[in-house]
Amino acid sequence: MKRRGIWTSFLACVSAAALHAQEVSELELLRKELQELRESFRRVQEQQRRQIEALEQRIDALTVAPAAPAQPSPAPSEPLSPSPKAATAAPAPSRTLAAPVTLWGGQGSYLNLSLSALTTVGTSTASDIESLQLGGHDPKQRGFTLQNLETVFDGKVDPYFRGQANVIFQIDPEGETIVEAEEAYLETLALPANLQVKAGLFMTEFGRLNPTHPHAWDFVDQPLVNARFLGGDGLRGPGARLSWLAPTPFYSELFLAVANSQGETAFSFRNNHEGEPFLGRPALERDVETVGDLLFVPRYAVSLDLSESQTILAGASAALGPNSSGAHADTQIYGLDLFWKWKSPRHHGGFPFVSWQTEAMMRRFEAGAFPGDVQTPPLPDETLYDYGFYSQVAYGFRKGWVAGWRGDYVVPESQAGYEQVLGPDPARASRWRISPSLTWYPSEFSKLRLQYNYDRRQELGEDHSVWFQFEFLLGSHAVHQF
Amino acid sequence: MKFAWLFLGLGLGLSPARAELNVVASIPDFGALARTVGGDHVRVTSLAKGTEDAHFVDARPSFIRLLNRADVLIEGGAELEAGWLPTLVNAARNGKIQGNARGRIVLGPYIRLAGVPAGPVDRSQGDVHPLGNPHFWLDPENGKIIARVLAERFSELEPSHKGYFQENLARFSKELDSKVTGWQEALAPNRGTKVVTYHQSFDYFLNRFGFELVGTIESKPGIEPSASYINSLIQRLQGVGVKLIVVEPYRPRRIPDYLAQAIGATLLVLPDKVEGVPAVKDFIGLFDYNVAQTASTLKEVP
Repeated sequence: MKRRGIWTSFLACVSAAALHAQEVSELELLRKELQELRESFRRVQEQQRRQIEALEQRIDALTVAPAAPAQPSPAPSEPLSPSPKAATAAPAPSRTLAAPVTLWGGQGSYLNLSLSALTTVGTSTASDIESLQLGGHDPKQRGFTLQNLETVFDGKVDPYFRGQANVIFQIDPEGETIVEAEEAYLETLALPANLQVKAGLFMTEFGRLNPTHPHAWDFVDQPLVNARFLGGDGLRGPGARLSWLAPTPFYSELFLAVANSQGETAFSFRNNHEGEPFLGRPALERDVETVGDLLFVPRYAVSLDLSESQTILAGASAALGPNSSGAHADTQIYGLDLFWKWKSPRHHGGFPFVSWQTEAMMRRFEAGAFPGDVQTPPLPDETLYDYGFYSQVAYGFRKGWVAGWRGDYVVPESQAGYEQVLGPDPARASRWRISPSLTWYPSEFSKLRLQYNYDRRQELGEDHSVWFQFEFLLGSHAVHQF
Repeated sequence: MKFAWLFLGLGLGLSPARAELNVVASIPDFGALARTVGGDHVRVTSLAKGTEDAHFVDARPSFIRLLNRADVLIEGGAELEAGWLPTLVNAARNGKIQGNARGRIVLGPYIRLAGVPAGPVDRSQGDVHPLGNPHFWLDPENGKIIARVLAERFSELEPSHKGYFQENLARFSKELDSKVTGWQEALAPNRGTKVVTYHQSFDYFLNRFGFELVGTIESKPGIEPSASYINSLIQRLQGVGVKLIVVEPYRPRRIPDYLAQAIGATLLVLPDKVEGVPAVKDFIGLFDYNVAQTASTLKEVP
């Protein structure tokens, strides 16, 4: 009995196992069948989708031209409807990444908006970082600095003009928010005779760096020569500029800007320097009496393609206008700029490339005679010559990575008469700076940059600074100017 | 007096008596099609080189010069040239090619663009093209549409040569039709082949010839892959039977090579543009080359 019982249970076990196995294999079979059905369904679907697309495309090909006059077109000036698919396909999204924050109406954009935020964190051995870093957007304190929060509005105004306005926000070392109307100008679209007029408030086309915004720079801070001659916020002001694209076989363009010569953005001109003496002299009140009291900025730029992969762009500029040190005192600044770039003819996302940019400037400052007052002894009139240049190399060695090196040097021709009376002026003292940097662009819309500055100032000695900069860009697609 | 007439005759002979449209194309492919359709009555210059990444062309000042003198500008649109062409067109101050002037031919709107995102897009998805994939010239059928658009517009701008342009178009369309049949036949045995590309540049080509795109080396459009992304890609594609990794000549090879080894695929370098390799000189040549390369590579692959 006992044995029989064992046998029974054994058989039951075996049959159960077999049954289980059978179930499993059946399940697998079913699964496999389902998988095959799915696969063939997908294939059929894919095939039919292709057939549909091919048919649609053939219809498109046949309808593009001949159907055009018959098709009602959206704009009367467009007899050929550019969208054969409009009738059959779903409408394209009315929003593009080129202008994600765009005011749209129907098919057109009226205002493109973009915003870039530039922040830096770092430290320096200098005890006077505010006078070490000369640029208006430079980090001027240990810790964090919001260098530039820039909003850009741009668009076509009408058939005649394009308009652009850059309004920027900054937080100064005291924590105050500064709002600046940096640019607001219109530009003609198609004047005859290859002319173009720009009018309003704009950054003057003097040299290469001056007309660009800080987020487009290859370094955290402004070159010393730019800050010393053209001012921490660059040379800009309300004015008008005419340019002419010359009919030469290569690119060459002639510019002439006329602008107001006063204020802190006309640094070496009619600028009261917030009541502080400049180059020894307190500022005189000077009004505009003749056209000659405005600021004139001529420029000539030439570009040549040296080869398939190398381009050179060179320019000569001048800025001529009155200054506040005397009733008839003038300032002349002359500059030469050179930009050379090699970009691999087989670049991937714009890399690799090497670029070299150099600007040299000379300032001739007619300092007026000063009769003397309680604070300042009498000073004779004199002419001050100052020089400066920077040279920088950027090497984009793999996609998104750029190594940079910049050298800065500013120097006076000789010690001025007023310096013999008042002592050496840090605004003219010779100094130089070396700045290696490394930048990573995770995408076209963000960047991280590490920069080291080795500064050497006459009298004050050497200083070391390290800055880490980060940026993001929202809105319109970054358009790269050469 | 007689001499004076002779000089006048010479002068007329030397001056460009033959009306020629000065055509500037953003990429050599559009330039090649303009040459095919326009023949002797157009003078064509292309801005981007066939060997470079069309999204990241330097806005050289010499291009301003070219655009300033252009009668016609041909561009792809759909953000293909968004990073460099708009400022050049502004700087060129040439009313013939600005806005919706008849001299400005934007091709994107004439083409049924693939890969139009279905949902909302933002840049966390990479640099997605919201109007659709702009690499549309890699479908030969789209070449026919482009040629037709060009013929139409050239005829409008130079009505006296309308017949000539239409004749060229007809000849090209006929040749392309027979070529497409040949290319389809050559690649017919390989339909369904699974392919990985670097950027989504070859979608139109793959789709036309029945290949299946199963992944891209870029993790998102325009975003370089991280090591962890490549590892996840390898895991996903192992055993899937990917036969080809197709990259343009200008892409770095290290990651494609690595991926090819890891998943047992073959790396195939194909130009995405006319003049991308020296052998490819015109639009039909681009497909002759790419089809031949693909077919011969797949023959060697088990």
